[in-house]
Amino acid sequence: MISGSLRALVAAMGAGEGTFWLPSQASETAAEVDASFRLVYWISVFFLALITFLLVFFIVRYRERAGYERQQAPEHNTPLEVFWSVIPTLIVIGLFWSGYRSYLSLAVAPQNTYEILVTGQKWNWQFTYPNGYVDAQLHVPRDTAIKLIMSSQDVIHSFYAPNFRVKRDVIPGRYTQVWFTPLATGEYDVFCTEYCGTSHSAMLSKIVVHEPNEFDAWLEEASDFLTRMPPAEAGQMLYRMRGCKQCHSVDGTVGTGPTLAQLFGTSVSLVGGATVTVEENYLRSSIVDPQSQVVAGFEPVMPTYRGRLKDEEISAIIEYIKTLNQ
Amino acid sequence: MSSVGSEPGARRATAGGYGLEQDNYLTSSRGILSWIFTLDHKRIGVMYLISILSAFFLGGMFALLVRLELIAPGKTIVDADTYNQFFTLHGAIMIFLFIIPGIPAALGNVVLPLMLGARDVAFPRLNLASWWMWVAGACLAVVTLLTGGVDTGWTFYTPYSTSTGTSVIPIVTGVFILGFSSIFTGLNFIVTVHKLRPKGMTWFRMPLFLWAIYGTAVLQVLATPVLGITLMLLVAERALGVGIFDPALGGDPVLFQHFFWFYSHPAVYIMILPAMGVISEVVSIDSRKHIFGYRFIALSSVAIAILSFLVWGHHMFTSMSPLANMVFSALTFSVSIPSAIKVFNWLATMYRGTLVLNTPMLYALAFIFLFTVGGLTGLFLGMLAVDVHVHDTYFVVAHFHYVMFGGTVMAFLAGLHHWWPKITGRMFEEKWGKLAFWLVFVGFNTTFFIQFVAGTQGMPRRYWDYPERFTPYHVISSIGSFIMAAGFFVSLFCLLHSLMRGRLAPANPWGGNSLEWWTPSPPPTQNFDRTPEAEDPYDFTEWKYDRQVRGYVREGV
Repeated sequence: MISGSLRALVAAMGAGEGTFWLPSQASETAAEVDASFRLVYWISVFFLALITFLLVFFIVRYRERAGYERQQAPEHNTPLEVFWSVIPTLIVIGLFWSGYRSYLSLAVAPQNTYEILVTGQKWNWQFTYPNGYVDAQLHVPRDTAIKLIMSSQDVIHSFYAPNFRVKRDVIPGRYTQVWFTPLATGEYDVFCTEYCGTSHSAMLSKIVVHEPNEFDAWLEEASDFLTRMPPAEAGQMLYRMRGCKQCHSVDGTVGTGPTLAQLFGTSVSLVGGATVTVEENYLRSSIVDPQSQVVAGFEPVMPTYRGRLKDEEISAIIEYIKTLNQ
Repeated sequence: MSSVGSEPGARRATAGGYGLEQDNYLTSSRGILSWIFTLDHKRIGVMYLISILSAFFLGGMFALLVRLELIAPGKTIVDADTYNQFFTLHGAIMIFLFIIPGIPAALGNVVLPLMLGARDVAFPRLNLASWWMWVAGACLAVVTLLTGGVDTGWTFYTPYSTSTGTSVIPIVTGVFILGFSSIFTGLNFIVTVHKLRPKGMTWFRMPLFLWAIYGTAVLQVLATPVLGITLMLLVAERALGVGIFDPALGGDPVLFQHFFWFYSHPAVYIMILPAMGVISEVVSIDSRKHIFGYRFIALSSVAIAILSFLVWGHHMFTSMSPLANMVFSALTFSVSIPSAIKVFNWLATMYRGTLVLNTPMLYALAFIFLFTVGGLTGLFLGMLAVDVHVHDTYFVVAHFHYVMFGGTVMAFLAGLHHWWPKITGRMFEEKWGKLAFWLVFVGFNTTFFIQFVAGTQGMPRRYWDYPERFTPYHVISSIGSFIMAAGFFVSLFCLLHSLMRGRLAPANPWGGNSLEWWTPSPPPTQNFDRTPEAEDPYDFTEWKYDRQVRGYVREGV
């Protein structure tokens, strides 16, 4: 009860916009998290000020100097020591309760959420919408409870959206969840916060919050890009959206994987000594079964896209790769 | 080293000695073999000191490279893969080679038997084996530097560590061996404290440094085997394909984190408990006043040792179930209370004392301030909702550097300067010591305080590149790290200068009453020529400052 009213008090002391300490709030639960933050923040400021004051005061007052005579002081004082054991105990019980209450709001999603599947892989995020469309950014409607069902293709990642105050590890072989209700339209950062190797710091995305009445139109238009666009253009979009570009450059730079520039029609040597000519069938098998023909000089780290890319999408990507010879 | 204390005659116009006047442990025998195969706890302590300071230098260089890379977004000096190796080696070297053995094995080895009035530790050969194990582990760590580095972070999380192409197995084997070094030290100290206490030293008349080292030793013996087993399982999976952690082989990747933190959280207290022991000694002696609330401080060390085994889950607040999170959050807060008690007791010790603001005391006072910041920011991390936001951000980086560096390293430096005259027989120049202190203190706060803000604003840790808006935080932090590095070079100069030019140290330069101050500086090989009787270690009233000796003397000794 005490911690409840304290929370209400500190919540009134500032909310909403970004501050020196916290970024702006983009979800409903962010305000609750920030109330807990302010509670522990002001308690910490108080104790740090108290302890610093005593330290400095004692240094000034009791430092060794000419003419200073020491007074008697006790070696212990049990009531006093019990007092300063009990007070911190009560305070941390309050802090625990505040943190736990706010956490329940973060952890327990309401009924009837809009569900989006999230796949983490080295080193990009993929968001699969209910109609099967996959995007590299998380588009959501404002004022709607969103639930993310997340899993990883390879190592552990962590989904972090600072403005929404949500973070949850994304783990291979199991599903984890995050939910939030966006408050305002705009673009917000998504970071990976579990170290995952070379491009960990480039494993970024955006949450794009749309007006509720515009979201469906966005999704419809985004979803039929294959019919709207010529295959090579659609392939370029897939290249950017589906995680190809994190490892395969289109400008000749050698990344974690071979570059796609000037690739089509050439011969490449594979691990094991064989040589293949890069044509449609080789590219297709490299996408659906990447470990079977690894190019010499590279690690076999690419995950399979079997079942994750449709046939038309694979064809579109191959068409795009052909354009990179010009 | 061998030149130290070699001038006869001029030395030891000192009081307070059971010691043998001519002989001392540094000059009693010569040659490299007399050092590396010595069974003398003091020599082993000195070898540990040189070893861990070398590791500290190496780890510090990696820290500076990390800060240099991060001074601007994008590529500054190295590519992402190299940066990932830098922060991994910085963490692994600092944790396993420097900070865990730091206070117990280097300072503890010299001081613990002296404080007990003992001839040596209970098992001198085991003690030497512990140092050799450290050397073997360190060699393997250096091998990884030469064989392509390691890029897993010091935590070796699976499945990343079982799938990356870098030298994970050599460094993990190194850490496994270092674990034995730590267990040997712990085992030795437990038996030594139990069996070798002198007449008059009941449990509640032990110096608080011994309580702290004892608590640490229990943690070392009970927790470190879990790390060893975990790392063996990691090697088994990586080398033999045994499925334990990798979901593709039917394992559970989060299981590794549970095993790892079951050791590594108690290990945080292996690092901080001895530091608290040092602070209890220095604050009391340099306040010229009896420690306040001896029993509360002693028992809080035991409480911390026990509670530290129950809180490992707070490293997994972003992957465990809400119920497990609730339990671990509550348990985590419990460990903050004994730490708070200690801070209040140190302040009460200063109350109405006579504060001598020498270099060890400055480091000790800095410890109290910085550890308070570190402890209070730990409360943020214990609160579930707040932790979710700042977990794996720079807030955590700042928090543990305030505890590990602002806490343990400051205490290590306090203890190093406090016992330096006892170890080397030489006094250091206060002006150099204080200059180094202020550079380190200002540099430290500049480096790490701003990282709290970067973290709450959302800057993730272990990032080679970062969005433009985080640049000011990183620039400030990097500048701080260079100031701090300057401080350490001044400190190094101060200590080397004292070895060459420092005046000879009296037996008791600060006026302590624990038994190490009853024997000359440096002590003779046998420590004491007859077994001393222990008194209240914090009753300094019998020791009076003597201007000629430039140290404290006591009538009748």
